[in-house]
Amino acid sequence: MSRTTLDLWVGFFVAVGLGALLFLALKVGNMASSNSGDTYAIHAKFDNIGGLKVRGAVKSAGVVVGRVTEIRFDPEAYLAVVTINVDSRYKFPRDTFATINTSGLLGEQYIGFEVGGDTAMLKAGDTIKKTQSAVVLEKLISQFMFNKAAEDGGNNK
Amino acid sequence: MAKNCWKARCAVADGIARALRGLGQRVTSRIWRLGYASRFFLAILLHSGTALRRLHLTVREIYFTGVLSLIIILVSGLFVGMVLGLQGYDTLQRYGSTEALGVLVSLSLVRELGPVVAALLFASRAGSAITAEIGMMKATEQLSAMEMMAVDPIARVVAPRFWGGVISMPLLAALFSAMGIFGGYLVGVQLIGVDEGSFWSQMQASVDFREDILNGVIKSFVFGIIVSWVAVFEGYDAEPTAEGVSGATTRTVVTSSLAILAADFILTAFMFTGT
Repeated sequence: MSRTTLDLWVGFFVAVGLGALLFLALKVGNMASSNSGDTYAIHAKFDNIGGLKVRGAVKSAGVVVGRVTEIRFDPEAYLAVVTINVDSRYKFPRDTFATINTSGLLGEQYIGFEVGGDTAMLKAGDTIKKTQSAVVLEKLISQFMFNKAAEDGGNNK
Repeated sequence: MAKNCWKARCAVADGIARALRGLGQRVTSRIWRLGYASRFFLAILLHSGTALRRLHLTVREIYFTGVLSLIIILVSGLFVGMVLGLQGYDTLQRYGSTEALGVLVSLSLVRELGPVVAALLFASRAGSAITAEIGMMKATEQLSAMEMMAVDPIARVVAPRFWGGVISMPLLAALFSAMGIFGGYLVGVQLIGVDEGSFWSQMQASVDFREDILNGVIKSFVFGIIVSWVAVFEGYDAEPTAEGVSGATTRTVVTSSLAILAADFILTAFMFTGT
């Protein structure tokens, strides 16, 4: 086989291989969406974060506006401190309400921002004051069961 | 009578000693071979200057190892992906979460199946060919002839084949994964009718570029080094007879397959510890 044909085939092979890698990066992976340009970090304290994970999404009105970058435990207040990197294109009022929600019944958990009416905006390093913890399914169920039992007890009297 | 008994005891002791000696010999020869293989690896790295400077030598080997393995890699990738699509759908529908099919197919391919199966195929398709070629060159005394002409066979023959394999492997693994995801898409979305939007969007939400794809590429790169190293070493070390070459070819496939699986476990344990 002549050298030019050989070079052509190898060039084709390498191009297709790199193309496959690009396909994996852009179409399969989150390279395209996570072009994390400028972000600013804010903190939020939760009583209970449930199953929230690092790299979890932060959504406002259903749109991803940031990512969870760090989760640690505050040993003095006994609270979970979550650090969030918010896309710097988006500004949120100081009284934004952070909740931990679940996508679907068994889906992964994310932080939702419900926007307040304050005119001052959150700056880098600020802490969100109003938060709502994750819903723990067992607690809900036990609450429901106790209520039910109490009702039944009342009816029997 | 007493003398006979003494003799029998002597024979038993002799037998034990012989068995122990055999065991020791086998262990030392294994260790010696491992050391030889490591020195050979260093020699390849030291002599790869020529292979990379005279690039057409390596390009030729990329053609033989990479381009000629394309068909088998693409076809097996497609079928593995399609089977994953069918099996994954069957399991996921019991939990009513068939939208996660894209996640299942892409994560299993990108993290595990792509690098590992592509490397196993590569070992049997290209690794055995490299071993047989170098072994035959040795058996027909082409390597000695090169040495006579003051051409270093490691630089001229071994290093280009090694680098050809190392460069081809990650590309083949990426092609395998991409083809497998396409196969999963064909079966899941086109054949069964999973929602196309959720198939891709859930996939993109769960597959991380650095965590999953880059780690997969690193895996396939390591496997490329292992397969190419085993293949060129077995070829170079082969007994210069027809039987010796055939034995070396078998050893290449067996050793590199086992090494790939062992290395995969170690790499996975380091990469995906779960956070």
